[in-house]
Amino acid sequence: MTVLEQPGAYRPTPPPAWRPRLDPAPLLPDPEPVRLLGTPAAADLDPGLLTRLYRELVRGRRYNAQATALTKQGRLAVYPSSTGQEACQVAAAMVLEERDWLFPSYRDTLAAVVRGLDPAQALTLLRGDWHNGYDPREYRVAPLCTPLATQLPHAVGLAHAARLKGDDVVALAMVGDGGTSEGDFHEALNFAAVWQAPVVFLVQNNGFAISVPLAKQTAAPSLAHKAVGYGMPGRLVDGNDAAAVHQVLGEAVRRAREGGGPTLVEAVTYRLDAHTNADDATRYRAEEELTAWRAHDPIDLMEAELKGRDLIDEDGMAAAREAAEDMARALRDRMNDDPVLEPMELFEHVYAEKTGQLREQAAQLRAELDAESQEGER
Amino acid sequence: MTTAAVETARKPATMAQALGRALRDAMAEDPAVHVLGEDVGTLGGVFRITDGLAKEFGDHRCTDTPLAEAGILGTAVGMAMYGLRPVVEMQFDAFAYPAFEQLISHVSRMRNRTRGALPMPITVRVPYGGGIGGVEHHSDSSEAYYMATPGLHVVTPATVADAYGMLREAIASDDPVVFLEPKRLYWSKADWSADRPEPVAPIGRAVVRRPATGQGSPVSLITYGPSLPVCMEAAEAARAEGWDLEVVDLRSLVPFDDETVCASVRRTGRALVVHESPGFGGPGGEIAARITERCFHHLEAPVLRVAGFDIPYPPPMVERHHLPGVDRVLDAVARLQWESEWTEGSAD
Repeated sequence: MTVLEQPGAYRPTPPPAWRPRLDPAPLLPDPEPVRLLGTPAAADLDPGLLTRLYRELVRGRRYNAQATALTKQGRLAVYPSSTGQEACQVAAAMVLEERDWLFPSYRDTLAAVVRGLDPAQALTLLRGDWHNGYDPREYRVAPLCTPLATQLPHAVGLAHAARLKGDDVVALAMVGDGGTSEGDFHEALNFAAVWQAPVVFLVQNNGFAISVPLAKQTAAPSLAHKAVGYGMPGRLVDGNDAAAVHQVLGEAVRRAREGGGPTLVEAVTYRLDAHTNADDATRYRAEEELTAWRAHDPIDLMEAELKGRDLIDEDGMAAAREAAEDMARALRDRMNDDPVLEPMELFEHVYAEKTGQLREQAAQLRAELDAESQEGER
Repeated sequence: MTTAAVETARKPATMAQALGRALRDAMAEDPAVHVLGEDVGTLGGVFRITDGLAKEFGDHRCTDTPLAEAGILGTAVGMAMYGLRPVVEMQFDAFAYPAFEQLISHVSRMRNRTRGALPMPITVRVPYGGGIGGVEHHSDSSEAYYMATPGLHVVTPATVADAYGMLREAIASDDPVVFLEPKRLYWSKADWSADRPEPVAPIGRAVVRRPATGQGSPVSLITYGPSLPVCMEAAEAARAEGWDLEVVDLRSLVPFDDETVCASVRRTGRALVVHESPGFGGPGGEIAARITERCFHHLEAPVLRVAGFDIPYPPPMVERHHLPGVDRVLDAVARLQWESEWTEGSAD
């Protein structure tokens, strides 16, 4: 049953009056990214949350490593790693309620996994096994989006529709620093602000759009500053500090849910791996830069915090690593099975009903397949 | 009700009115139908198609959006994902180009990429074509671009009754429909009753608007949208030349009705495709190829095309030289007779 077939009366209700924000001061981001871990403010953080974040970070790092290894074995066509950016991925997924929607870009596989997707399912697109391996409505995760920033207006439309329907659903849309240069980024933010749609935009500023550094991407003081021009708050956060990202996104999601409109969050982070396995990052960035960012690793930051507050011991850390290893083993096993694709499915789901043209072409392929199998039997 | 009563209920209505009525009835029937676009609310659209909708249904159902076509269609995708049926208006044909990426990369293939999980019941209304004296970027015929994208239905009404019936069907469709409105026919009139709209053929079916009479040398004119009245006029004029023209209105470019088109060509043995978009790489090439593949042994002459020239749409003062008119159609019909004497001679 599709969404459209669901019974029950839908009575769209007008949203509250759209109001202009006249004072830009509350919209401006803090001058420095928000940090919690390693600061006195961390003392107020919920130990249970920190531990959960830590476990997901460790699992996420392992997931990135395993997926990258699978590309080397030819099991994945391509993998855009989020190694180094796990804090953003984990926090983005964990901050949402079940009824909310996540709109990931192609680099946000891990966020989808943390949201509950089967790790192998999340790799369907990157494996070349159809384009999308899950029902987006089941997990409320939109299909991984390869064109840049084009998923952002979808998030706005969905959030707007949910509000018309009277549902307190929030959409969280993820985009990279390069994506902020696209027209769809601008249009999405503008629509969201004008409509006061319950959307949170998360920009993972990982320093590079493939090879182009941020300085060649934008002249803005920060990407979060862009929010002000649209009339929405911009927040700047340390993207390697999982607790800070969780808190800043959490505030934005709460505000959106309560009718306070959209927020743009820029998480400053770093992609430790290359753009994808097909990229050579040594051509455009220096080893010293990597070294500096390795010293600010999201897992290390969280580990130090947990240890400092006696929230974890060696056994706890070993247990986290073991759980990650189990996930990786299961993923390897799944990916070592050759996928079986039914070629006749090429003609499915192009339209609700096949056109005459597609019926003819399906018959042609059927005949070719039959001839092939007879050839094989001989 | 008596026949006389039905007849009195029918009054002259324009295509624009029928389109507006279709939107209104669809919105009244299904609260999931939302109209969005530039100027569609308070103004009622620059062509007044959406006149009165915001007043009747509220501006949350007929929404004036920011001026951004990609944003309009992109947000419509999200709305469709949440179970709504957005009807978006692209104010003029050439203004739709910023929305192309959303249309091609998402709207057309979301159903396919999610293996049926996310249908896209979006109607994209595009006023298209020339002949209204519009300045640059207000008269393009973009149908070939849309036709080349699998996953989209591409339809265009040419009559008042079709404008209503096809728009209702497009909005009710679970698939995305690019609904091309021939803007120079917006003010064409027919006796039509909004309260008793006549049933029309479903999307995907072509209709023979003027059957061959059997009197004279037969030719099939295959056409659609703004060129239909031109072909109907040409058919009348052709009688004086001893030609018997059958006029087929395609109505739907995707899916394409091979059956009706080929049945006509098999009857007549000659085919002329008429449209105003540029000929090179245009719909006529595809249609001529399909006819040739299926009806070659019935053809007595090559399939000809009368199309707009392969130029950017010209300025209004000279557009009449670009648009295929009755004379150009009749000249092509004459050329289709080029082999007939030889064919008849060799058959003896």
